[in-house]
Amino acid sequence: MVEVWIDILAVLDGTARLATPLMFCAMAGLVSERSGIVDIGLEGKLLAGAFAAAAFTTLSGSPWAGLAAALASSTVLALVHGFACITHRGEQIISGVAINILALGMTVVVANALFRHGGHTPALGAGERFAPIALPLVETLRALPLVGPLYAELISGHNLLVYAAFMSVPLVWWLLWRTRFGLRLRAAGELPEAVDSVGVSVPALRYRGILIAGLLCGLAGAYLSTAHGAGFVREMSAGKGFLALAALIFGRWKPLPVLFACLLFGLLDTVAPRLQGVDLPLIGPVPVALVSILPYVMTVVLLAGFFGRSIAPRALGRPFVKEHQGP
Amino acid sequence: MTNLPRWFDIGVLPLVNLALALLATAVVVALVGEDPLEVLAVLLQGAFAPSSLGYTLYYATNFIFTGLAAAIAFQARLFNIGAEGQALLGGLGVALACLSLETALPGLIVTLVAIAGAASFGAAWAAVPGWLQAYRGSHVVITTIMFNFLASGLMVWLLSGPIMRAGQGSPQTRLFGETVRLPALHDIAHTLGFEVARSPLNLSFVFALLASTAVWVLIWRTKFGYALRAIGHGEEAARYAGIPVRRVVVAVMAISGALAGCMALNEVLGAQHKLVLNFSAGYGFTGIAVALMGRNHPLGILAAGLLFGALFQGGAELNFEFETITHELTLVMQGLVILFSGALAYMFTPWLARLLLTQRPDHG
Amino acid sequence: MLGDDGAGESSHAAVRLRGITKRFGAVLANDDVDLDIPAGTVHGIVGENGAGKSTLASIVYGLHAPDGGSIEIAGRPAVLRSPGDAIALGVGMVHQHFMLIPTFTVLENVVLGIEGSFRLRSGEADNRARLKDLSLAHGLEIDPDALVDDLPVGLRQRVEILKALFRGTRILILDEPTGVLTPDETDRLFANLRAVCDAGGTVVLITHKLREVMAVCDSVSIMRHGRLVGSRKTSETTPGELAELMVGRKIGQAVRMSESSVRSPVLRVEGLTWRSPGGAPGLQNVSLELRAGEILGVAGVSGNGQSELLDVLSGLSGVQEGHIEFAGRRIDRASPATPAGMRALGLTHVPEDRHRRGLVLPFEARENAVLGRPECAGPGLWTSGTAMQAQAERLIARFDIRPPEPRLPATAFSGGNQQKIVLAREFESEPVVLLLGQPTRGVDIGTVEIVHSRVMALKERGTGILLVSTELDEILALADRIMVMSGGRVVGTVPAADATVRQLGLMMTGAGEGAGA
Repeated sequence: MVEVWIDILAVLDGTARLATPLMFCAMAGLVSERSGIVDIGLEGKLLAGAFAAAAFTTLSGSPWAGLAAALASSTVLALVHGFACITHRGEQIISGVAINILALGMTVVVANALFRHGGHTPALGAGERFAPIALPLVETLRALPLVGPLYAELISGHNLLVYAAFMSVPLVWWLLWRTRFGLRLRAAGELPEAVDSVGVSVPALRYRGILIAGLLCGLAGAYLSTAHGAGFVREMSAGKGFLALAALIFGRWKPLPVLFACLLFGLLDTVAPRLQGVDLPLIGPVPVALVSILPYVMTVVLLAGFFGRSIAPRALGRPFVKEHQGP
Repeated sequence: MTNLPRWFDIGVLPLVNLALALLATAVVVALVGEDPLEVLAVLLQGAFAPSSLGYTLYYATNFIFTGLAAAIAFQARLFNIGAEGQALLGGLGVALACLSLETALPGLIVTLVAIAGAASFGAAWAAVPGWLQAYRGSHVVITTIMFNFLASGLMVWLLSGPIMRAGQGSPQTRLFGETVRLPALHDIAHTLGFEVARSPLNLSFVFALLASTAVWVLIWRTKFGYALRAIGHGEEAARYAGIPVRRVVVAVMAISGALAGCMALNEVLGAQHKLVLNFSAGYGFTGIAVALMGRNHPLGILAAGLLFGALFQGGAELNFEFETITHELTLVMQGLVILFSGALAYMFTPWLARLLLTQRPDHG
Repeated sequence: MLGDDGAGESSHAAVRLRGITKRFGAVLANDDVDLDIPAGTVHGIVGENGAGKSTLASIVYGLHAPDGGSIEIAGRPAVLRSPGDAIALGVGMVHQHFMLIPTFTVLENVVLGIEGSFRLRSGEADNRARLKDLSLAHGLEIDPDALVDDLPVGLRQRVEILKALFRGTRILILDEPTGVLTPDETDRLFANLRAVCDAGGTVVLITHKLREVMAVCDSVSIMRHGRLVGSRKTSETTPGELAELMVGRKIGQAVRMSESSVRSPVLRVEGLTWRSPGGAPGLQNVSLELRAGEILGVAGVSGNGQSELLDVLSGLSGVQEGHIEFAGRRIDRASPATPAGMRALGLTHVPEDRHRRGLVLPFEARENAVLGRPECAGPGLWTSGTAMQAQAERLIARFDIRPPEPRLPATAFSGGNQQKIVLAREFESEPVVLLLGQPTRGVDIGTVEIVHSRVMALKERGTGILLVSTELDEILALADRIMVMSGGRVVGTVPAADATVRQLGLMMTGAGEGAGA
């Protein structure tokens, strides 16, 4: 019984770790898309952040410098997206694709230039990563039945960024649903003309939206290379940005459902390797590769409207043109 | 949008945007500490030396197919981001045909079935997102992205199990038989009495040229092409005109997917002769850059496909010549091309228009 | 030209405009407009579609910057760079298309942009109280927590007015506010506007409906082709005079163009009902009969089911209830029609919105010449440049389209010539039935004459024409019989020869149900 409990806790612990970058990126996408700007460049910003964090940590020895670099680099990409889509009303999908490919190339090129290590950064030492944080009274409480292991194994012992990811969800919710900035931002994503007609600048709102998205993706990147991993590996984002996009859609652009989607996808990711070689009754050996694509299958099925309906912000992807032409 | 002459839109703007992308790449190179001109020289040398020209054209074949795939969808204002997955499925179509039929049927027939397999598997993989958009209202951008991951997961599963080469640990199929391959062009040349350097360039290149012509005819010379362009430029008007918009959308996506699937002819049936995990290597995304640079026109796509073929082949040389610059530089360039000729295509238009108008005061 | 003819002393002007000029490309939307709007009154600005009323309002609200001229608000010179500037000066606007976020509550919509504090919660109680006070003071009751999406159109407009008042609006501009309202809602709106005035505000009502001007306005200014052509006190004018000023000639002069002998019916509609997903009136139990060689005019305030009628008849929307009999076919829910199918049966359609529907704007003229007529585009599955060229040249010759260049994109033609492309294409096959939507909207005067004569010529050759127009003049001039629609229903059908503007106007408001047919 206790062993099962410990196993469950271990799985949930893994879920939290794997869901962390998803939560950051999905919240980034949520803020950007709620303002009306499609963000399929989450992947690229995540990757750029991961590289910048590892590179600057290596160069400076401090993960905090790395974190700052991650925030800066993914914000720069966000600004490129904003320049193309907000200032020049370019096609948001195309801009996102460009950012993903640009990040893919730039990270490897710069990594090679700096470290000559085949597109990787050198492995980071223990002091160069965000270390696990032991919450108060862990050792005292560990002995308690059921709750003790829960506290010690699942709740305590994560690094700062995992806690930050969980915090980001209520923060984003608060910002978007409890502040005037959020009210205006969401209005810009639904009917930008209405925002403009009350004398509030739509471009300024959308720029702020994508800046927040950039910062959140930077946190996710730093997590990948300086907290979860120890150094940058080429293409280390491995589709997590897109998985976060799927979670965003699956969660219908609402913070709490998106959080659950991230946790669900993280859970699938954690469980999949454990199912290797496991025989299920009736089904036989579990095709692990197929388990890993379940999130995408679920998202497509949801998008198709076969269970529920995913309603995007109404002005999503539509550039805002202020000057109406013609009488 | 400012009205600019057609020649300008088709001829000058892409070059301006390409120049911007090159310039930005040069800045990256300089920042990394190498001489941009030297890098360019190596690139060109690597791409156009007689021994490597075949490779350049071989890469160009991939890009022409995926570029056409992206372009025909763009013409109907559909963003098919899923060429990558459609190409993978095309490869699966080729592999299934070859592995299951090669002992039972003559080589030529199996080859033809494999070609049909590549096109039809790719078409099916794109038609589903097309159908979902037309009939269920789910956006094709998102579904094609999801389908890329589905395809990738499917391939991992198949290649690490059901169709994995027996007794091997690596995720790939066994080699196809000698009889079911597209002939390499150096072999064809040899039979005709010429000698050209060995390269993976194969008959697919000719198919790519034929496909470009066919796409051009389809878009500009048929009623179907008229319908898809009408949808692209004014969906409401198309519906008003009695064009069955939903059916055309599904058909356009299927054709787009078939073209992307045909990329597998070059890679799987023409060059590698086996199905390898992730053989598509991002070429599907490059197709987007190719289509944007080629202004979604088959001729432009041929030119842009050759350019990117040269970049990839020349880029491979960078690894040998420089310590700090690798072929990923071509990815940087690809991203910049998409940015400048796609998302920022009209950044300079008002400025250039003013320039043009002051040059020709009679026009104002 | 000053706001003349006794429009009141300008010393109390809430808004004073001098020499306002605004150009959009080649179109002069406002041409040297001088206007004084007296404070504390309801002032109407009337004019036909495209007369420049909305542009003028947008300038006063800071949405467009004028190319020339000056603006004074409440006696002070004003520079309006954005709506924010106008709002700060006490100008508010209710747009023709509501500027409300459907997924927000009434309160959220009202406070958008002036929420009070960064945290919404801390300002909410105050805002709620202020909204309640405003509602009570102006008789505009509303549930502040209702989702706008769930509100009927009349209440949404009420939210728009409250939104403006909440911003301290003293000058409230309403752009065609009654287009989407039922007569009942319209009456309530007018009462509300009166209340605003009584509370010391100024109301500017932009409309093309004279009945409304007479009903609610103290004074009125008339615009035509971008110019202000006169101002009147409503107590000292008549609808007839205003109409003459609007149109620029005496109405009633419109000469009946022809009378034709009665022929056999070509289109019969029985009990047609269509409900839109958006909740607009749609169509309710519409029946009509159209004979060969007859023009049936459909009159009504825009948005009362005319567009839906055209959509269903052309096959763009499916029949939900009732049926259509056309060319020996019965079209109903069980056997629906498609646009292509209706065309094949001999029905063509000049859509109301030529930019969105009638033309593929980036297409060349010759490609647009075969839109909806694939049989003219080339043999079989192919398109042929020569065939399209020939077709385009035919149309260009028939309708004198300029410039006569089949290879120019549609965007390169003027509005009038774009419309000629559409008309020529739809007229060319001499259809059994022609659906003709707003044939002269946004078209210059010269072209209007040509269009009308071509329509009459087509009728002479036996085509049954269903003419939808918001210009009563046009309907009176062309139609044999006039069917009036209101709220998706047919109010009545009258022979054009006996119809008067007054009677039609009354029917358009939904009154006069069962007026003789």
